[in-house]
Amino acid sequence: MMTHSLAATALRTQRDKAVTEEGPGVSANVTKLDTFPQLLLRHAAERGNHPAIREKDLGIWQTWTWSQVLDEVRAVSGGLASLGFKRGDRLAIIGDNRPRLYWSISAAQMLGGIPVPLYQDAAAQEMTFPLQNAEIEIAIVEDQEQVDKLLEILPQCPKLKYIVYDDPRGLRKYDASQLISFEALQERGRGFNAKNPAYLDEEIGKCKHADTAAMFYTSGTTGVPKGVVLSHENLIFAGQAYVSLDQITEDEELLAYMPLAWIGQNAFSYTLSLIAGFCVSCPESGETVMIDVREVGPTFYFAPPAVLEGMLTRVMVQMEDAGFVKRKMFHYFMALARRVGGKLLSGTEQVGPLDRLQYALGKLLVYGPLRNRLGMSRVRIAYTFGEAIGPDLFVFYRSLGVNLKQLYASTETSAVITLHENGKVRSDTVGPPLPGVEVKIAESGEVLVRSPGVFVGYYKNPEATAEVKDADGWFHTGDAGFFDKDGHLRIIDRAKDVGRLKDGTLFAPKYLENKLKFFPHIKEVVAFGHGRDCATAMINIDVTAVGDWAERRNLPYAGYTDLAGKEAVYELIWDCVVKANLDLSSDPKLAGSQIKRFVILHKELDADDGELTRTRKVRRRIIADKYAKIIEALYSDSDHVEFDAQVKFEDGRSGAIHADLKIWDAKIFKGNASQANQGNGQ
Amino acid sequence: MSARKIGDTILSVEGISLSFGGVQALSNISFDVREHEVRAIIGPNGAGKSSMLNVINGVYHPQEGTITYRGEKREQMDPHHVAAQGIARTFQSLALFKGMSVLDNIMTGRNLKMKSGILAQAIRIGAAEREEVAHREKVEHIIDFLEIQPYRKTPVGRLPYGLQKRVDLGRALAMEPKVLLLDEPMAGMNVEEKQDMCRFVLDVNDEFGTTVVLIEHDMGVVMDISDRVVVLDYGKKIGDGSPDEVRNNQAVIDAYLGVQH
Repeated sequence: MMTHSLAATALRTQRDKAVTEEGPGVSANVTKLDTFPQLLLRHAAERGNHPAIREKDLGIWQTWTWSQVLDEVRAVSGGLASLGFKRGDRLAIIGDNRPRLYWSISAAQMLGGIPVPLYQDAAAQEMTFPLQNAEIEIAIVEDQEQVDKLLEILPQCPKLKYIVYDDPRGLRKYDASQLISFEALQERGRGFNAKNPAYLDEEIGKCKHADTAAMFYTSGTTGVPKGVVLSHENLIFAGQAYVSLDQITEDEELLAYMPLAWIGQNAFSYTLSLIAGFCVSCPESGETVMIDVREVGPTFYFAPPAVLEGMLTRVMVQMEDAGFVKRKMFHYFMALARRVGGKLLSGTEQVGPLDRLQYALGKLLVYGPLRNRLGMSRVRIAYTFGEAIGPDLFVFYRSLGVNLKQLYASTETSAVITLHENGKVRSDTVGPPLPGVEVKIAESGEVLVRSPGVFVGYYKNPEATAEVKDADGWFHTGDAGFFDKDGHLRIIDRAKDVGRLKDGTLFAPKYLENKLKFFPHIKEVVAFGHGRDCATAMINIDVTAVGDWAERRNLPYAGYTDLAGKEAVYELIWDCVVKANLDLSSDPKLAGSQIKRFVILHKELDADDGELTRTRKVRRRIIADKYAKIIEALYSDSDHVEFDAQVKFEDGRSGAIHADLKIWDAKIFKGNASQANQGNGQ
Repeated sequence: MSARKIGDTILSVEGISLSFGGVQALSNISFDVREHEVRAIIGPNGAGKSSMLNVINGVYHPQEGTITYRGEKREQMDPHHVAAQGIARTFQSLALFKGMSVLDNIMTGRNLKMKSGILAQAIRIGAAEREEVAHREKVEHIIDFLEIQPYRKTPVGRLPYGLQKRVDLGRALAMEPKVLLLDEPMAGMNVEEKQDMCRFVLDVNDEFGTTVVLIEHDMGVVMDISDRVVVLDYGKKIGDGSPDEVRNNQAVIDAYLGVQH
């Protein structure tokens, strides 16, 4: 309890001390301040006593103000300069969200160098390529784990001369000549700066708007990783777009818990903080995020859908274990929230006084405590992006009054393309383009983007750059999408996977699959239809959810295969498919690709059998080969198909699972049917 | 940045014999422990390993032999005195306060170091409060060191076994011991938990220079992390030396693998 009170006091004093002579609009106005070092200088001058970064250490939040941060950064810069780091050099930064790693980014930029954050959970061998490609000479890393990895690949990276470490734990016995502690680096830096008092300021003066500010390596699921070169102009443009649209001020609170090497985290916790001047908090460790988020009480929040889903699942499980009264209350008020919560938040539709009163009561009894539990009590703006988000999940958070919005972006666009505007939020779109961003749809359906945020190019890879960035500056995202009547962009699939039915209707397999996968009873779906008359689907049920459903209905079953073949389960899944079709029918572009027939597969798709990637992405070509017989049956008149599925058991043996699979017809709706107009709008 | 040097003998036992009625648990055992080293006691079930720790710890009083700790020679140790002298231990069967939080459990390890009276602590005035804050800081260092920050407030009984073992180690570390006695720290753990525990034992030894005496069943673990190993069998010492020497000792091989008669 002491930690709590101490931490809270620390936070409060810092907030009381906060210098607030400026209004929110001013921080958005970065005209002459067009490089990161200048932004840092300005914050140190204008809000020197305002907290800039926080870290929980030994159970207590430690805070650094902007002027303290500038001081630390100068020491790191001097240290780097004394090691021979100069304009244009690349600095690798590897580790969790730690203040010292943030300072290292700033320090490199101050010298005109290029920070290259790498994923801290990457294996040593995966780090070899970026280190060689970027010709890294100095790396600043968090701890022993990262030091070990770098020492392991040192023979392959002979250019790497210095490894600076933040946490000395476990490194006492290491005698590699490359190792320097962060303290020692800063010590050197202070000495260097005392001897060369004008050096840093001169270097800051030399930094140009168009110079490279940072480099991010794309994860490289397709081929070798590529270094995405982003300039000060790119990143600052992106940051300003968010700051101005959502009025982000120096008073925001943000908890940084995703990898720094991910453009999303970097843009929101580094770039935005330096533009708006708000304080970023670093959690104590990866496992304490849920505790830390409640203590910080962020006002500005972002999470990929998987994280939001994990939190929702936890809430639901805990509610099932709660007492009868609590459970009833929860479900009653959540039903109300689903009906009116989103409308109240958007303020676009009328809500009756009785509902308003009930919602207020619900806020007191359920929504308030729940938001507190999730660490979302003070959240003013929440973003989600990275992948498609299920409508139920999206609506859940919005109905609690959390202003969750979707955005669409990529590393190559400095994390800025589209974003929902307040009050105009829908679960099935990613919103309109941000101010200053041009988006157009190519003939092929691919989304093209042009803005000052579009990257300079891939590092030392002009061929790859030319493939995605044309002469007019349009960046080819590789995603297929279209604009709806409100000017919102909808992303449907990877462009290369999008096909056409025989009659020319757009067929986006992932879009259909996601729509079905959002039903809790469905785990995996593979949709077929390219070059065919209609769309069909092969479905994996979620054995936990459907098993649970079967148990509650006293339906006995003997494992996945048995459960998947049950008539009642087919009926259950039929309902889901029909609901998805109804939804699709409301969309003129996609109404033609409603799912006509489906089969529930008797075995679960598995990465061990090569049917999924390790990150659970469907491998279409392999599945099309392996299950050709089932696919043919889906496009025949037959209502069943006999099939032997090859499987590999965990001990390495292989075998086959035989089954006679039923094929069911789903209901198809007429396009634009009036009853279908229930969409996901809110 | 060099490793801590192994120093002089800090603890030695000479000619220890212990019997319970007719059962001879230990007979004429002698060995020494040097400062800053990791010293392992191994042996099959019932070899007398835990009894040996209990003798050092003062829980059992041997009938014969002497124990010399930091130059002071005794015939038997007294648990309270031993603790005050800087010897801490963990237990094979966990002896944590299940209903108390991780933080409070580790705080109890500071008990011997607390100066203020129980009343002053209860009402937390002046010096007592300052003292508690200082102790809390030590405990926070240990929590950080053992990477159990997410469980500070969690009742120990709700934690998985591997983490409870870590809390047990934390409580022993809270005494800032010179010598740490670990009674089967890896028992009942899976491979990953064992690796973690090994790392913590080595880090404790490395960071704080703590001398570690550990009992372990798992030969692989012992050979990897110990500087020297004592082997007991049926209450007798059958081997003593570096892991390699012990591994090639015929008597040890026989005791572990059995011999044909």
